[in-house]
Amino acid sequence: MHPITTVHYLFLSAALLLVGTIGVLTRRNIVVILMSIELILNAVNINLIAFSRQLGNVNGQVFAIFVITDAAAEAAVGLGILIALFRNKETVNADEVDILKW
Amino acid sequence: MLDTALFYIFAALTLGGGVLTITRRSAVHSAIWLITSLLGVAGLYLLQRAEFLAGVQVILYVGGIMVLFLFVIMLVNLDQAAKEKRFSGQKWIALACVAAVALQALWFVSKGAGRFTLGQPSIAGENLGNSEHVSRVLFSQYLLPFELASILLLVAIIGAVVMAKKRI
Repeated sequence: MHPITTVHYLFLSAALLLVGTIGVLTRRNIVVILMSIELILNAVNINLIAFSRQLGNVNGQVFAIFVITDAAAEAAVGLGILIALFRNKETVNADEVDILKW
Repeated sequence: MLDTALFYIFAALTLGGGVLTITRRSAVHSAIWLITSLLGVAGLYLLQRAEFLAGVQVILYVGGIMVLFLFVIMLVNLDQAAKEKRFSGQKWIALACVAAVALQALWFVSKGAGRFTLGQPSIAGENLGNSEHVSRVLFSQYLLPFELASILLLVAIIGAVVMAKKRI
């Protein structure tokens, strides 16, 4: 078996980003779309940590902390919007929310 | 050797959890599989000597954000949504994304890893990743972004409260 290098982590990160992107594009349920966004942010974090290890400084880890902070804020606001949407439209499907379309 | 095996175990947890997250019909099952995926990512952080971040990942993601998700799933009635069709009609865009990433990966593999340089380590970071080292950088070099992050969280709190009010 080969030793694990940074490139392994980059491929894993790309695959996870791809899974998240597919989830955002194809799912209808807004809750699952928000979960897919979490997957995408985790892929970015894996990348940052891998390069932090590769370059031997902790700047990547500090950035990963900021990314996690953003993920928390995004989840809070996104789920708040979801609750407001459900109260007004009685749906959680992204393709049924089309009142801005003309 | 052990590192290699652990990497593949955690990578399988992460990717398998991710795939199951976006394919399960019930949103609660999706949330459980997302927790699996996030724990796999925490294991990868441990392998990369980022112990502080692994702790943050477990406490904040699994303990905080996922509880928020499950709470909202409880508030929002998803029984009806679980019976409807899962996917919208955007599969061609998704297939295009898959093709683009697969092409890039194939290109990388065909060139061989030796053709790409990733930058040399600046210092030997043996005690890298302990919380002391991270906090030193976070509270000196990145103090302004740290304070900005606190403002962002304040805005998020206010936004969430306003959004969850009875009448907007």
